[in-house]
Amino acid sequence: MAEQDIIRRSGTTDITPASQARVGGVKKVAKLFDATKCNGCKACQVACSEWNDLREEVGEFSGSYQNPPSLSPECWTLMKYNEIEDAGKLRWQFTHSACMHCADPACLKACSTAGAIIQRANGTVDFDSDKCIGCGYCASACPFDIPKISAKDNKAYKCTLCSDRTAVGLEPSCVKTCTTGALRYGTREDMLFYAEKRVEELKARGYKNAGLYNPEGVGGTAMMMIFHDINDPESYYMPKDPQVPMATEIRQDWLKPLGTAGLIATAAFALMHRITVGRNIVEEDQPGYIDAAAEKEEDSK
Amino acid sequence: MNRRQFFKLCAAGAATSAISALGLMSDKAYAAVREFKLLRAKETRNNCPYCSVGCGLLMYSQNSGGKNSEHAIFHIEGDSDHPVSRGALCPKGAGLVDYVNSPHRLQYPEYRAPGSNKWQRLSWDEAFKRIARLMKQDRDANLLQKNAAGVTVNRWLTTGMMTSSGMSNESGIATQKFARALGMVAIDTIARN
Repeated sequence: MAEQDIIRRSGTTDITPASQARVGGVKKVAKLFDATKCNGCKACQVACSEWNDLREEVGEFSGSYQNPPSLSPECWTLMKYNEIEDAGKLRWQFTHSACMHCADPACLKACSTAGAIIQRANGTVDFDSDKCIGCGYCASACPFDIPKISAKDNKAYKCTLCSDRTAVGLEPSCVKTCTTGALRYGTREDMLFYAEKRVEELKARGYKNAGLYNPEGVGGTAMMMIFHDINDPESYYMPKDPQVPMATEIRQDWLKPLGTAGLIATAAFALMHRITVGRNIVEEDQPGYIDAAAEKEEDSK
Repeated sequence: MNRRQFFKLCAAGAATSAISALGLMSDKAYAAVREFKLLRAKETRNNCPYCSVGCGLLMYSQNSGGKNSEHAIFHIEGDSDHPVSRGALCPKGAGLVDYVNSPHRLQYPEYRAPGSNKWQRLSWDEAFKRIARLMKQDRDANLLQKNAAGVTVNRWLTTGMMTSSGMSNESGIATQKFARALGMVAIDTIARN
């Protein structure tokens, strides 16, 4: 029982791609978070932990409504509360913080374990915890700081975009529960269409810098966001220009192929040497000469 | 097998396993999603009782409903067919399953005597009897049959009723009839707590 709709797979070269017989008919999906509609109620966070059977321990008060303070192996969706002072008044900016499901995922690139991180035909990025070895490369490569390593089983965990729900035709749990309509889910095409209309509407209402957060540095994301001010994503705790880290690219795209080429070249050289030059034959008058015939006689005695 | 052949076999074995370690032997791209946990669970529709919005709920319980198995709710989510909420739930509603299964949940009537700091358990029969008796006592003593102008009003001002917010119209009207018939004026729902 294989899914056969995996377009990319960690620790796998293009020579042996993942089985992808059923990719053709699958449409790309996207989750759209409209920060201008969010009221920070945390229903998405609760619905996520409810569906995924996660229960983060009750923590300590950290000075804001944000709880727990960051994503964790037991908290895959977190409502972030950025308190902003605007002309002497306090204003909140809420961020629905979860995996961005990048089209060009840094975690998948960084992972050397075959199949521990996969990208499905619908564009979502999923972890296969049975294969994960807990090295933490995904966590350090992710420009959004999403994957977290569990201390219980030393495996990486993050939002799956409810792959178990989407696989049977349901929307992700967070999207279903959202009361204000700040979260939407559908084909990527539909979400882009909706986002364009919404941004126009916001601009008409005076939010001149409103825009869609769909960072190009990671090839676009399957979780897109609409912000009041697209020029300042940092005020939503989102990086301005997220990239796949250079170190990850150098290691996976250059050093590893170079190492493999080195191994193959060594083996090929040894083989060629064996064919063209052959064994090192020691002549009778050279030091270290052993009389093979005499030795054989010695052996058989 | 002589010594030389044995060495050759070892070397061949090591070389073959080295090739597979290099990743030249592909394995299956098996990466199944987590199994859908609601597949054959019993689905029960209900309303969330925690505010007057009354969002629709789908409650999923284990077991098919056969006579030998006990239901246990393990997942609750919004009902997309509900005209009010259309699948959405607030954080309180989204976490309902932990209310249902909470060890702190009140599961039977309890009574705390005036001045006491202890709750004592009593049966539903005892509870109903006690409530009815106290209501009757209070109503007999305090029912205001006529106002200052001598008009019949039948007001019972000393007792109020806190009722459910997550009711259908039919249960709502039955509750109204019950409370108003007794002359009760203060009626509210738990939506306000």
